[in-house]
Amino acid sequence: MGARMRNPQLGKDGELTHLLTLEGLPEAVITQVLDTAVPFASIGEREVKKVPLLRGKAVFNIFFENSTRTRTTFEIAAKRLSADVINLNIGASSTSKGESVLDTIDNLTAMDADIFVVRHSESGAPHLIAAHLNAIGRRHVHVVNAGDGRHQHPTQGLLDLFTIRHYKHDFRNLSVAVVGDVLHSRVARSLIQGLATVGTPDIRVVAPNTLVPARVESLGVRVFNDMREGIKGCDVVVMLRLQSERMRGALLPSVGEYFKQYGLTPEKLALAKPDAIVMHPGPMNRGVEIDSAVADGERSVILPQVTFGIAVRMAVMSIIAGSQGPRT
Amino acid sequence: MTPMLPDAEATLTVLADRMRGGVAPDAAFVGIYSGGAWIAERLAKMLGQEHRVGFLDVSFYRDDYERAGLKANARRSTLDFDVAGATIVLVDDVLFTGRSVRAAINELFDYGRPAAIELAVLVDRGGRELPVEATYVGARLAVARNLDIVLSRDAGGQLVLGAEARAGD
Repeated sequence: MGARMRNPQLGKDGELTHLLTLEGLPEAVITQVLDTAVPFASIGEREVKKVPLLRGKAVFNIFFENSTRTRTTFEIAAKRLSADVINLNIGASSTSKGESVLDTIDNLTAMDADIFVVRHSESGAPHLIAAHLNAIGRRHVHVVNAGDGRHQHPTQGLLDLFTIRHYKHDFRNLSVAVVGDVLHSRVARSLIQGLATVGTPDIRVVAPNTLVPARVESLGVRVFNDMREGIKGCDVVVMLRLQSERMRGALLPSVGEYFKQYGLTPEKLALAKPDAIVMHPGPMNRGVEIDSAVADGERSVILPQVTFGIAVRMAVMSIIAGSQGPRT
Repeated sequence: MTPMLPDAEATLTVLADRMRGGVAPDAAFVGIYSGGAWIAERLAKMLGQEHRVGFLDVSFYRDDYERAGLKANARRSTLDFDVAGATIVLVDDVLFTGRSVRAAINELFDYGRPAAIELAVLVDRGGRELPVEATYVGARLAVARNLDIVLSRDAGGQLVLGAEARAGD
């Protein structure tokens, strides 16, 4: 769906007006978000953990698919910007896709929504909403994709980039391994596209062939089926969650076998650089894709990722809400 | 037409002389990025009060966000001392409408309740839109409203005042 529609996320001067995907997002915009998140990250240390930028604005978190962590960090981010936050959990089963989603949006827009944070199990749903708002002339209503189907999770990709830059300072000499269920992971897709845009020279996908997306090499990625080979000498190891429902599709032999081959243990991590960091977008399956000794170890930056996620979402919302609307 | 501008370094010396004896010995110097930050550092050194220096980026408190959006290159504000109960000398390069000072005062209060806030500016060019006045002024200038007075630093680190056509006018 997304590929067939014109990308509506940039305004007439190339400024970010919706955040839908990291695919094709210019490096300057990614850098702007990461740079803006730096001062937001320090607001958590202050007496008053709020700034007045979005005072009087309403942020609607509309989640057609459940997610506690993502919704909560968006809610905290919006509240730290002084916005009013309305959370709506709409079961995907109660909607018949397309039209009824747009009806929901029209109703919420009539309630003076300024930002929609949208999660949907259908790839392209946030795109459809943004294109609709642009088409009906609601130029000051903005959309943030909080995860759509297997397509994209751009704020997660940006917070992963922020975390990597925080610890490693520069992307231009890094080796980054993304390990696990890359095929079904919108997190992996957003991160790999973002890493490529900011000039990461060595991006590796480590997974069994059944979990490697077709044509992934076209993104400038090297594929490894052997994990020991794949994480050797890496600066950053990003572990992905193994979704248990994948086991039923006969893509994998068993959880135990998967952990043996692709689970991150201290012994496998020793093959990466001595100062390598370990990331995971959560929620983690301990003993499936990651050993507890690694998840809780000193190289793990999994909890700082969550904290940085608030600052990155503050940066995204304050940039789009201050933009002057889409190209007309 | 370019107005006659005073020498920034000489004006800074005048400002420091005017502050000497007036500023509380335990006062913190807080500069507003970017010009005010340079001046705060210099003043603290000239007055021998380098123990407490902080910097504010007021981007998240500006009143023109609605029309102009978020300024690119916002920096992290750093106040490595307890603002609650502190006497603070807010420092800026050019005092014009008073809007940056309003934003800076609002931001300071999100760190704590200061005992007192004073304001030191290198140049006061008039044109106030808010009831804000400086405690210490290096020089007063009359400048046409369509010009911005801009402080920069040359390769040798010397401060230089210049004039530019005002953005948006």
